[in-house]
Amino acid sequence: MDGARRGKNMSEIGGLGAWLIVVSAGLVTFAVRASFILLPPDTDVPRWLTGSLKYVAAAVLPALLTPDVLFRDAAAGDVLNVYRIIAAIVAAAFAIKTRSTIGTMLTGMAVLWILKWWGPF
Amino acid sequence: METQRSALITGIRDQIPFIPGNIPFGMITGAAAVSAGVDPWLGMAMSMIMYAGAAQLAAISLMAQHAPGAIVVLTVLVVNLRMMMYSAAVAPYFRQTPRVRKWLFSYLLTDHAFALLTARFDRNDVPRHIDAYYFGVNASMWCVWQASVAVGVFAGTLVPAKWSLDFAIPLVFLSLVLPALQTRSHWAAAIVASVAAAFCTSLPMNLGLIAAAVTGVLVGIWSERKWMARDGVKI
Repeated sequence: MDGARRGKNMSEIGGLGAWLIVVSAGLVTFAVRASFILLPPDTDVPRWLTGSLKYVAAAVLPALLTPDVLFRDAAAGDVLNVYRIIAAIVAAAFAIKTRSTIGTMLTGMAVLWILKWWGPF
Repeated sequence: METQRSALITGIRDQIPFIPGNIPFGMITGAAAVSAGVDPWLGMAMSMIMYAGAAQLAAISLMAQHAPGAIVVLTVLVVNLRMMMYSAAVAPYFRQTPRVRKWLFSYLLTDHAFALLTARFDRNDVPRHIDAYYFGVNASMWCVWQASVAVGVFAGTLVPAKWSLDFAIPLVFLSLVLPALQTRSHWAAAIVASVAAAFCTSLPMNLGLIAAAVTGVLVGIWSERKWMARDGVKI
């Protein structure tokens, strides 16, 4: 895309190095996804591997979401984002109760919007 | 009577509930790329090559900090490693699938696809034409995702920041992870990883994420051993 039109230094990441990083990241991602699907069915998979893999999603997703809930665009002077924390707790309760993706989304966003528009600060 | 066609349509219908989460997630990922200074074409290519929102966001933030390529790739590996478990879970259903299709199905594997399939495995309600069903779920999800990223990349932030649409991303993760926490050990892994991530945000180059994830997995394994030994049963 025309870099000049988007302003100086807007598209600084786009050189060969950046493309190589993206392609490598893509290959790694594909390898992870394809691992067991492409493996011959009778392959012996070490127990420690399957034993640890089951905790990866349980650990990675909370590690990703927690900073987004706690610290992302906190009000000026605040360290924690109280509205997001409240909205996330309500959404989490909803997710545990209903297991509904769409419901969790809508509940969390609705609580956040209500708090932001009518909340005390 | 289930046909290829009806299985495909069931698949498309099953992924509809994920659309309200994926549209803002994709738009934010696309907009994050351009606002971090990633070339729009690279931003779009990234989405096609990786097709993994969380990893794309992590990679974008690291590339904006000019982190070494090895750190970026390592972080992407850690963020995506959970998909190895998904791969193991769905693999038995694709034993008869032709090889080329297995490559395509691997590329299309996502958290949502895994969540849908395991829900159906648990209910004993797996479509007989599993290939058509899987393709229906994932091809439609792929289109929604790429279109959303394209809107984010080329239109930038259409939605005002005060709408806080970026909050959709942690909500998507919440809705994915909470139903999957089936044992006390899973809960232990999740809570410890979450607390560790909160305390490690100041580590350079998002290394806090890797530290928190590794700590969580270790606590999961350790607590499983401990509780299994105590209770003498599989938890």
